[in-house]
Amino acid sequence: MAVEFQAAGADLELIDVRKEFPGFTALEDMDLHIPAGEFFALLGPSGCGKTTTLRIVAGLEQQTTGQVLIGGKDISGTKPHERPVNTVFQSYALFPHMTILENVAFGLRQRKIEDPIKKATDALNLVELGHLAERRPQQLSGGQQQRVALARALVNRPALLLLDEPLGALDLKLRRQMQIELKAIQLEVGLTFLHVTHDQEEAMDMADTVAVMNKGRIEQMGAPEALYDRPKTAFVSKFLGQSNLFVGSVVDSNANTVSIEVGGHKISVPKDRAEKHTGKICIGVRPEKATFHRDQPKLGSDHVLVGPGEIIDIRFTGVSNQYLIEIPNVGELTVFAQNVGISPVVELGEKVWVSWKVEHSFGLSDLPDGTEDEE
Amino acid sequence: MAFAAFGSAPATEHKSPVKSGRIVLALLMPGLIYLGLFFFTPLFSLIITSLETPAASGAIGAYDYGFAWQNYVTVLQSYFPQILRSFYYATVATLIALLISYPLAYFIGVKLRRFPLFQRLMLTLVIAPFFISFLLRTIAWKQIFADEGWIMQFVYNMHWMPTSEHFLGSDFAVIFGLTYNFIPFMTLPLYTTLERFDIRFLEAGADLYASPAKVFRKITLPLSMPGIISGTLLVFIPIAGDYVNASRDFLGSSKTSMIGTMVESDFLQNWDYPSASALSVMLMAVIVVLVSLYVRSAGTEDLL
Amino acid sequence: MKRFAIGKFTLPVYSVLALCFMLIPIVYTIVFSFNNSHRSNTTWEGFTFDKWLGVCNRPDVCEALGNSLVIGAVSTLIATILGTALAIGLVRYRFRARALVNLALFLPMATPEVVLGAGLAGLFFNAGVGAGWVTIIIAHVMFCLSFVVVTVKARVQTLDPVLEEAGRDLYANPNQVFWKITFPLLLPGIVSAALLAFSLSFDDFIITYFNSGDVTTFPKYIYVAAARGVPAEANVIASGVFIAAILVVLITQIRGAVKRKRLLKSS
Repeated sequence: MAVEFQAAGADLELIDVRKEFPGFTALEDMDLHIPAGEFFALLGPSGCGKTTTLRIVAGLEQQTTGQVLIGGKDISGTKPHERPVNTVFQSYALFPHMTILENVAFGLRQRKIEDPIKKATDALNLVELGHLAERRPQQLSGGQQQRVALARALVNRPALLLLDEPLGALDLKLRRQMQIELKAIQLEVGLTFLHVTHDQEEAMDMADTVAVMNKGRIEQMGAPEALYDRPKTAFVSKFLGQSNLFVGSVVDSNANTVSIEVGGHKISVPKDRAEKHTGKICIGVRPEKATFHRDQPKLGSDHVLVGPGEIIDIRFTGVSNQYLIEIPNVGELTVFAQNVGISPVVELGEKVWVSWKVEHSFGLSDLPDGTEDEE
Repeated sequence: MAFAAFGSAPATEHKSPVKSGRIVLALLMPGLIYLGLFFFTPLFSLIITSLETPAASGAIGAYDYGFAWQNYVTVLQSYFPQILRSFYYATVATLIALLISYPLAYFIGVKLRRFPLFQRLMLTLVIAPFFISFLLRTIAWKQIFADEGWIMQFVYNMHWMPTSEHFLGSDFAVIFGLTYNFIPFMTLPLYTTLERFDIRFLEAGADLYASPAKVFRKITLPLSMPGIISGTLLVFIPIAGDYVNASRDFLGSSKTSMIGTMVESDFLQNWDYPSASALSVMLMAVIVVLVSLYVRSAGTEDLL
Repeated sequence: MKRFAIGKFTLPVYSVLALCFMLIPIVYTIVFSFNNSHRSNTTWEGFTFDKWLGVCNRPDVCEALGNSLVIGAVSTLIATILGTALAIGLVRYRFRARALVNLALFLPMATPEVVLGAGLAGLFFNAGVGAGWVTIIIAHVMFCLSFVVVTVKARVQTLDPVLEEAGRDLYANPNQVFWKITFPLLLPGIVSAALLAFSLSFDDFIITYFNSGDVTTFPKYIYVAAARGVPAEANVIASGVFIAAILVVLITQIRGAVKRKRLLKSS
């Protein structure tokens, strides 16, 4: 059964997909829509179901219930070799008994496409490995193998390209380089990419849209900047970057902001950045948005001020210093200060105040584990 | 197990996917049906035959179906010496084979790891005896230890043995032959286990102040148990059932007859099928007991 | 038992001695294939190539050899096909009766040949099938099967299932996946299994003896001849087989090593 070359990427739709294994449910009521031509990242910790999702789209697993549509066509029951989808596997899965040229030509041959060798050679040239065409996969480095795996998938011009943590085995520098290349190829060829990863930096860097998955569900989906700026659940706030989270009951609410009281301090969040406005809510702020002061500063109501507290840990990470500050009755806060030349000479144990702009707060829809509503 | 050594298999294994279905049946059925027909059915038929009684017609070789349990009693009584001797030979031969094979397997499997080509060459030498007919190997020993051969002549001249005694035809000769022929069967499973043995355990032992003897006793030996057990299983029972080595034409005499000798003579010469079958069934029962004991402690995954 | 610290040379020396011991009968057999024997090949009567050159001067020896080769080839073919299928099924699929199947496949390897031989002979007798070619081949396939399964199974276990998934992802239907990906990668294991099965079949005596009727295989010929004296021609054939087998194994090993070295060097 010949699968046609696609003119361009197609969109992917998952409707109410559920996957159950004996003993646990891997995916619960997944609804997903990826527009054609987009670079989409599925981000989550191991076991969250992202690889299962990928395999269901590829056809390597069958969903328990639900539908999978590509380009509007329901392919839910079809076999992998009948779907216009190709996968770049985490371990590359290059056939050891074939040269890399034959590896790349494999899909073309199966579909009886004309002139497979020429097309395979072009694909190898695209990833700059044309000169190694007669080598076996075992003779190539990790980075080269990764590019062969990519070429082998791309040469088939699939409507949808699935990438299963393809950069996981590469060292940092190579990974950064491949991220740039992958993104460039995607834009140039115009395919739809579905990239599965647990590396949040990678997802934020490469993707147009990121979906954060946890325990078989998508917790939040959107553009990387939006997700980072305004996480909506405790999980997302902790998984994507770091957050300081504060839990308390709403004590004040006016036209623009909602405030909670924590350990004698008032912590506010703009209403349009808060998911919940009443009851016990959780407000958070990113560590890099907070600053600390040696002396208690005079700040207006557009700032949140907490303190005094004590610096209990300082970590140097090159780009910035990370300060861990303990404030009685509030908890531990993390503050990042970029090393812009003169680092503030603070020492462990120093007494400091922490502040940030209210407009940088975000309000979550749920509470962090362990602080559930007890009323 | 043993023969994994020759599958050109590197040590990495992959988890099998969770699948089942029609393909499984198609793959397994032909082989399993074959086993059922030509392994289990014969065993079953042996049991039935062992319970038969001589036919009323009195014709030699003709039997009627029955439940002659006393066949087993008769066989046990008449062949008790052979049964005892067989298990005696098997125990001694297995032990000696183990003692001889273990250091060899250790050397090839652990010490030669850095020289894979040598490893393979030595393994080839270990299995080389398989490539010469085992009958000829045994005959070779028979001729080497013949009274007229220079070894025995030397022994006689040194008065280590009186000329009235012979090497051939003695228990010792048969055990020697059995041990020799089954050493490869003991070495291969040992090799397979030792080949996968993680040397870092030895390093950890030494790091924790254990002497080499202690390291061997407390670390190497217990961890190589699976190999020792598979080797023993693959060697003990086949030896107990062998009869070629013990035969008069080879290394034995009429005084070294074993269970196998009796089965062969009853079956092919005396046409006493019930006795031959009863003996076979008893031998089989011992195997089943031994294998079950093993499986109960270690499961079936490592059997193959 | 030796430990690795008692003198660095004890273990290597011991191993070499042990291997030499193992090879004594082989050397003896090969040497005596050059014996200018007349009636019995028990005492040395001079060196000659005659037996090698005129090995089929005794037609019964060559006939026995021919029979063994044919039986070996046929049994190997059948056992390899059945066994490979079993091995793939056992490794690749999870099913409930797995433990039982493992056990069922193990038992023939641990069963003494007299039991297998007598059992099969009884079965054929009761079924009214006369002993001969068919019964020998059936018997040989029977005892080779488990060994084939063990050997191929080891190879299948090293085969990463993701390679087959990649094949399916790249538009190969299940049939194509098997022939273009699975089979080529399993081939070394299948070949080892076939060689093993052939050697087992060629060398088998006891089971064959019980089930062969009039057909003489090479081992059976030797057993019968043992009483009056095995002729040197038998030694010639056995030595020939031995040398061929060793050459095959050595060549495969060396080729494999050379290939590996080349792969590593050019990367």
